[in-house]
Amino acid sequence: MQTVNIKINGKELSVPASYTVLEAARLANIDIPTLCYLKGVNQIGACRMCVVEIKGARSLQAACVYPVSEGMEVSTNSALVRESRKTTLQLILSNHDKKCLTCVRNRNCELQTLSDELGIGDIPFEGEVSDARCEIDNMSPSIVRDNNKCVLCRRCISVCKNVQTVSVIDAKERGFKTNIGCAFDKSLGEVACVNCGQCIAVCPVGALYEKDTTEKVWQAIEDTAKHVVVQTAPAVRVALGEEFGMPIGSRVTGKMVAALRRMGFDRVFDTDTAADLTIMEEGTEVIERITQGGKLPVITSCSPGWVKFCEHNYPEFLDNLSTAKSPHEMFGALIKSYYADKADIDPKNIVVVSVMPCTAKKFEAERPELSNGGNQDVDMVITTRELARMIKQAGVDFVNLPDEAFDNPFGGASGAGVIFGATGGVMEAALRTVAEVLSGKSLDDYEYKVVRGTDDIKRAEVDVAGRTIKAAVAHGLGNARKLLDAVKAGKESYDFIEIMACPGGCVTGGGQPIVDAKKQMDINVKAERAKAIYAEDKSLPIRKSHENPVIKKLYDEFLEKPGSHKAHRLLHTHYTERELY
Amino acid sequence: MNLYRSHVLVCGGTGCNSSGSAKVFEAFEAKIKEKNLDKEVMVVRTGCFGLCALGPVVVVYPEGSFYSMVEPGDVEEIVEEHLLKGRIVKRLLYSETLPAEQSDTILSLNDVDFYKKQMRIALRNCGVINPEKIEEYIAFDGYKALGKVLTQMKPEEVIEEIKKSGLRGRGGAGFPTGVKWGFAANVSADQKYVACNADEGDPGAFMDRSVLEGDPHAVVEAMAIAGYAIGASQGYIYVRAEYPIAVERLQIAIKQAKEYGLLGKDIFGSGFDFDLDIRLGAGAFVCGEETALMTSIEGKRGEPRCRPPFPAVKGLFGKPTVLNNVETYANIPIIINKGADWFAGIGTEKSHGTKVFALGGKINNTGLVEVPMGTTLREIIEEIGGGIPNGKKFKAAQTGGPSGGCIPASLIDTPIDYDSLISIGSMMGSGGLIVMDEDTCMVDIAKFFLEFTVDESCGKCVPCRIGTKRMHEILEKITSGNGMLQDIDKLEALCNSVKSSALCGLGQTAANPILSTLRYFRDEYIAHVVDKKCPAGVCKSLLVYKIDPDQCKGCSICAKHCPTNAISGKLKSPYVIDTEKCIKCGVCEAKCPFNAISR
Repeated sequence: MQTVNIKINGKELSVPASYTVLEAARLANIDIPTLCYLKGVNQIGACRMCVVEIKGARSLQAACVYPVSEGMEVSTNSALVRESRKTTLQLILSNHDKKCLTCVRNRNCELQTLSDELGIGDIPFEGEVSDARCEIDNMSPSIVRDNNKCVLCRRCISVCKNVQTVSVIDAKERGFKTNIGCAFDKSLGEVACVNCGQCIAVCPVGALYEKDTTEKVWQAIEDTAKHVVVQTAPAVRVALGEEFGMPIGSRVTGKMVAALRRMGFDRVFDTDTAADLTIMEEGTEVIERITQGGKLPVITSCSPGWVKFCEHNYPEFLDNLSTAKSPHEMFGALIKSYYADKADIDPKNIVVVSVMPCTAKKFEAERPELSNGGNQDVDMVITTRELARMIKQAGVDFVNLPDEAFDNPFGGASGAGVIFGATGGVMEAALRTVAEVLSGKSLDDYEYKVVRGTDDIKRAEVDVAGRTIKAAVAHGLGNARKLLDAVKAGKESYDFIEIMACPGGCVTGGGQPIVDAKKQMDINVKAERAKAIYAEDKSLPIRKSHENPVIKKLYDEFLEKPGSHKAHRLLHTHYTERELY
Repeated sequence: MNLYRSHVLVCGGTGCNSSGSAKVFEAFEAKIKEKNLDKEVMVVRTGCFGLCALGPVVVVYPEGSFYSMVEPGDVEEIVEEHLLKGRIVKRLLYSETLPAEQSDTILSLNDVDFYKKQMRIALRNCGVINPEKIEEYIAFDGYKALGKVLTQMKPEEVIEEIKKSGLRGRGGAGFPTGVKWGFAANVSADQKYVACNADEGDPGAFMDRSVLEGDPHAVVEAMAIAGYAIGASQGYIYVRAEYPIAVERLQIAIKQAKEYGLLGKDIFGSGFDFDLDIRLGAGAFVCGEETALMTSIEGKRGEPRCRPPFPAVKGLFGKPTVLNNVETYANIPIIINKGADWFAGIGTEKSHGTKVFALGGKINNTGLVEVPMGTTLREIIEEIGGGIPNGKKFKAAQTGGPSGGCIPASLIDTPIDYDSLISIGSMMGSGGLIVMDEDTCMVDIAKFFLEFTVDESCGKCVPCRIGTKRMHEILEKITSGNGMLQDIDKLEALCNSVKSSALCGLGQTAANPILSTLRYFRDEYIAHVVDKKCPAGVCKSLLVYKIDPDQCKGCSICAKHCPTNAISGKLKSPYVIDTEKCIKCGVCEAKCPFNAISR
């Protein structure tokens, strides 16, 4: 690696030539405050919080974008720099809706932290507040935008436009009137937004948050006439602990179950079990299409952000999507049929609450096609963050809870169901089953590490029973677009493709605990949480979906066999082309 | 080819066009046809002559008679008298060319004050040729420089020549043009671009518009030369859509150059390919900033990006790009033709050549002037500009538009060049020059420019987006009489902070109008906050209209005109103003025949 010698605050050091001043300073343990900067997502030098003095430069420069060069001399802590940062922050605060106490991001706000760290004693500027009468956009079923809190860092634009290539938001108007929103002042609920919530995940303040469903959930729990069932997605258990001060990558499955029970849910089920079911249905579909010459590639459909993206942007691939519902929707359908029967409860009195790492699931749950006999399969969706808030509201001492197990009759899940939470997980889980079904024997080598990891697009050729299955995995919709464009152009061809809307897959979904930009400089959140997912997989006795006795029992007692008529009625769905504008 | 005995040049620039020159042109054509003179007299629509305030301007050659404020109704007289009978129509002549009413001596244009000290290099063809005819441009040495560089010079020799000439960017910052070209030439890339900044946005500035309207081929030729020098095969001219005449003439020029093989493939058989396209800007001031301009050409929201990487390394579409302003390009062909030494001999030690200024404000000769670098402000204002109207005193000159500063009367002898203007807290800018007299409030002027910047800030970086707004609010507070002494310090500190921390040139210079007025006219700020007075009598909130009882004759005219019935009194005894009712409209002061009312 080529390096250059620079001097920061008088200290000489040798740094990679490709570094920015911010990265170089980090290497020297020098902290430079940032606000608009987010590693790998937004590097535009707009907020001017990270300004430094560079010898020879006419004015202060933004460390987040300024490249190092041989002999460069940088000062990150001069009076000029400190004063400038302070004034800039005071300017931001003079135009900010400072209702911290009632803000969803109170105590988890980068602006608040900066204000503390820079010692902002007062705000000397008064005057007009740009969005004083700005209305909150809450028409989307998933995402709320409150521009009164927006600091115009533009991280949301970058992630929506550059990372996800969804591009439904941008800066409008200019100067002091600049604001972020959709074209023609439409609501996020009226445009081709896919509800992935990555904009929320990158927002440093409380300008973007999920549509809150916690109050509705509390009401359901309070309603004695209702039987309230909760299910939790695989990725929730490897992130929830962060909301209670635990390190990134902590596994809190047992505590989570215990907390849900203490909150008053009647039953606590594991969506992973339904993930096993998804593998059975989707795996069968893959095998059928491969062996009987059906439409290839089969593309996974468990990520609702991806599904809506496909409906808007790639309608020509809708027939490629697996018709299998996503795991929590399958589970909802089963709870209101199989479980309702068993427990002798009228499905109308059952409330299914899904705890998801995802904001798009809120939209998905409202899809009219995901219902049965007038009942939506899933009634309410809350994110990991909302669950954490409810646990706090309930006064549950989360960290000191004992571990508890999920409820029967759906108790056990396989490791294959768990790994759904990380990019490549659905592919690996499916391959574990497809390989054994096609070869007709139990295989010892069932870890498909080639599809793991956080590379943009993972491509693999897997030999299964004398047949090569060509597989590809994309996470993040920008990567999905690249992959699909290559398939569309005939440059690449596959049998099976996994697509997850969020970069990193569900572990870093739009509903997960928010990690601030400073932490993200040092920690690869995607990798840390995925590590926990694979550790959970390893810890389980059964690691293949088709070997899960719960699944076997379900088919024996109720669903007959994968792809049966009944399975189709309850567990499969269809898609609709949607317009882009 | 026809030989004409007379040429009638009608200015077709935007200034004269606005005062009706198109109708004058049509009237000449019709009248000349009617009189069967169309084989003898040629009517030409030219670019700008510079004396815009006196438009429509018509010049008749060979006599060189300079007619000003010509109306269609005057055309018949000029045709009948001047063109048929050879008698110059004195009543329509620009008065300066006629020193004495009775005398028959008519001065040549070059001898009148307005033109005497001017040196037209960038504007050399403006008002001389028909900009819509490439043949006329060629007849004035057009495309000779392109031919010379393509057939006799290596690209590095071209760059060396431009470096040697000392030409600096005329867009405002004054970066050496040859050095800029050299940077881009030294970067190897599969594609490079040449771009022209014709997004002239300073309020009141129209230098570039006039060049494009009067001599578009000069820019086309220069861009091809730049393309050859740096190795670019494609150029873009970014011109604001509010310049319809300039756009049309550019389109015609590009089309003609393509037809003549002066753009396109294998120009002059040299193997050099170069093409040009026009991109229209929507009029955002910030798009004059080079990185914002390129972002806009790329089809994105026109916002600046951080540098480095500099455009010469990574510019338009991520490729090495040279961007120069219109006036800079207009100098290129003549430098190649006459040589770097000739050009370097004009101007001052560090600023060579000439600079075009749009002269406006409280000055007699409003218009476009081109002077050698180093000409003093006094020469421009008192001689070329003809001084301040109504015998008022000169107070300050503003250069550099919203990014520039105010130069006080005490510095009127400052030679105008890049470095001296910077050293006194202003800047060359693209060439706006606004003259202010004693009736101008400097706090109000600063507020005016800030209002512009607040409006034109793109909103990307915090210091500019919010900082300029807060500056404007503090100025508002001061001019409305609510300011306190500490507001001035707060304002100054904020100005310095924004200056050093904003992302692009717009934000970094936004505070200059405040900082320069604070530097030279701080006492006016203090008068506003301490005495609650506006010394120039401009800031309405601070004015109190009073009737001097000694001067008042009790005529009642003021009371009759007061729209709010704030004035009362008995006939023939002094009247009084009820300040509660007074809205400070100033009508009473204007109407009083005895100068009894003051503020």
